[in-house]
Amino acid sequence: MSQLDSLNPSAIPAADEALRQDVRAFLTEAMRGVPAHVRARSWSGYDPEFSRELGRRGWLGITFPPAYGGAGRSAFARYVLVEEFLNFGAPVGSHWIADRQSGPLLLKYGTETQKQRYLPAICRGEAFFCIGMSEPGSGSDLASVRTRAVPNQSGWLLNGQKIWTTNAHNCHFMIALVRTSGEATDRHKGLSQVIVDLSLPGVTVRPIVDQSGDSHFCEVFFDNVQLGLDALVGDEGGGWEQVTAELAFERSGPERLFSSIALFDEWLAYVRTPQGRTPQAQRLAGKILSQLAPLRAMSVAITEKLTRGESPVVEAALVKDLGTGVEQLIPAAIADDLFSRDAADVPAELLNTLNYITQVAPSYSLRGGTRDILRGMIARGLGLR
Amino acid sequence: MDDLFSDAVKALLTDHCTPAVVRAIEAGQSRAVLWEQLEASGFADALVPESAGGAGLVLADVYPVLELCGSFAVPVPLGETLLARGLLAHAGVSAPKGSVVFGTGQLASDGRLHCAQVRSGTQADWVLVSCGGAVRLLSATNAQVQVAGFCLDAQMSWPQADWDQAQQVPGAHDLVTLQAALYAAQLAGALMAVFSRTLQYANDRQQFGKPIGKFQAIQHQLSLMSEHAFAARMAAQLGLCATGQVPDRLRVAMAKARTSEAALEVAGLSHSIHGAIGFTREFDLQLYTRRLHAWRQAAGSESYWHDVMGQALLDSPEPLSLDLMRTLTDVVV
Repeated sequence: MSQLDSLNPSAIPAADEALRQDVRAFLTEAMRGVPAHVRARSWSGYDPEFSRELGRRGWLGITFPPAYGGAGRSAFARYVLVEEFLNFGAPVGSHWIADRQSGPLLLKYGTETQKQRYLPAICRGEAFFCIGMSEPGSGSDLASVRTRAVPNQSGWLLNGQKIWTTNAHNCHFMIALVRTSGEATDRHKGLSQVIVDLSLPGVTVRPIVDQSGDSHFCEVFFDNVQLGLDALVGDEGGGWEQVTAELAFERSGPERLFSSIALFDEWLAYVRTPQGRTPQAQRLAGKILSQLAPLRAMSVAITEKLTRGESPVVEAALVKDLGTGVEQLIPAAIADDLFSRDAADVPAELLNTLNYITQVAPSYSLRGGTRDILRGMIARGLGLR
Repeated sequence: MDDLFSDAVKALLTDHCTPAVVRAIEAGQSRAVLWEQLEASGFADALVPESAGGAGLVLADVYPVLELCGSFAVPVPLGETLLARGLLAHAGVSAPKGSVVFGTGQLASDGRLHCAQVRSGTQADWVLVSCGGAVRLLSATNAQVQVAGFCLDAQMSWPQADWDQAQQVPGAHDLVTLQAALYAAQLAGALMAVFSRTLQYANDRQQFGKPIGKFQAIQHQLSLMSEHAFAARMAAQLGLCATGQVPDRLRVAMAKARTSEAALEVAGLSHSIHGAIGFTREFDLQLYTRRLHAWRQAAGSESYWHDVMGQALLDSPEPLSLDLMRTLTDVVV
């Protein structure tokens, strides 16, 4: 229990908090007039030019060392930026994964050549990454992946298929978890991470349309894709450990609290009007706030652990599971509130935002690990497994 | 400093506030021995300025003590007395000997001052009563006392003359918010106690040839309990995050609402995992789960505080709810 006992209120250092003013001034202008149902997409919204503008302002890869194009700032600096991006509903999907986890992964495990090649481009918003983990037969049971990279004279020959790859159709590179030795029965042993240039011959990317009508994830096929010698990230056979460390970045961030925030804020704007304000809505507003705010404090506390070089995997799972619960409560409870009224005056834009969030909410508790996988990880942290 | 302080409280409670002592006091036996041991430790004077013989701490410093009052199911009003003595000292009133609790009163047509439910009223030497905007300190000696709700709580009343002649406490005091901050911290402690006991039970109890904690269904319930316990603890800590003697009402609202919600979830799951044994008087679980319900009901349930938070959020001109969230959760090192 010691690891969980240590989640105490943590302060965002003043120098990092100071970033908020600048980024907010920029976002206030950049997002002016963008309707809520569009803002609700936030890190599922793709806008390469927007990403490049953030890069020009030094807001991508801000935690990377200056030698690789970053600002050498702490995880708190990134926390402040990302919190603002999400709450303004900025279209940050293009660079999201590169900035959040591919860059940090390369920084930790990559060769000097890889760092020089990819990190400055990530910081400029010119190299977008996706993560190749799931396969048709490997979802929650990730260790069963079958996509294989076989060493040959030129490097690695890649064959297989990935699925549910977020944003693959808009990315330049994938970091894929593949088998490089042994058999599927060897489980965690023999897995490695490789960088795949998605423009190579033999790569086919097919977007999958989700129930909201968007295409944010894809199928990716590899048919004799020849990778160079330098495609390997980290150690051959070290893929499982690397992926686990990477998931702490994926699960702990504020994106696990704010997925429905555009809807919440849009609903609050309506509830603040004389005709929208009711005692029931006031109570619901307080209930949602009372659940979100402690989670924000926990997310900040986890960020503090990241700044100390820890990998708070279990704490991150705990925050993500609770966070997605609130994120899914928001559309359900707001729908109940709006349709318990004589709702003749509910604005169409609020209804459109509610409709979008209602349709996309099931994805919250499956991306980045399903609810059951997360609870299993917590149970392991509690010593039950 | 923090750890030394809480380690000392923990050692004291481990020795003197055993489940047997909790049961005895709940059954109506005297609190005198336990109270004297706690009094001798000086913890009840933690918020009293050093110049007046106290430890001169601020609210945030005493969170660990209040949490421990919950995790040990302390059956005497140590937390209430600690906060009351701090309030009195800073209002320039010297505290009387003995325990002090909080009450909300009404002067009725029968010529008496009535407090419908005084938490730990049966264990009080003194009651700080808020009535009609004034706060006065009344001796429990003259009160009519009748158990109301939880076994240690009481309906209390005094002849109006007692109110008229009672020591006045100068200034405006929000006793309900102060109590809510206390019960949120005690809930956090009790939540953690219930969670760790349930985890232990799941590791010990064997069925179908293995500990029940090996079953995925039980593991997931325990994971959910831990999520609620830790979120509640974070909220409770923030509830007392004040540099002075007066808690921030909105932070307390968050703390009490979140811990009260967690109380219901965690109490339910713990009993579900324990099965019939957890429902017996003999087994210790009930000492903590009955308190989860009692403290959820004390100083405003979750909906009471949701209303308070909702009002603040709707009255706020900021278009982003993030900004109120930041006010509630940002701390200074």
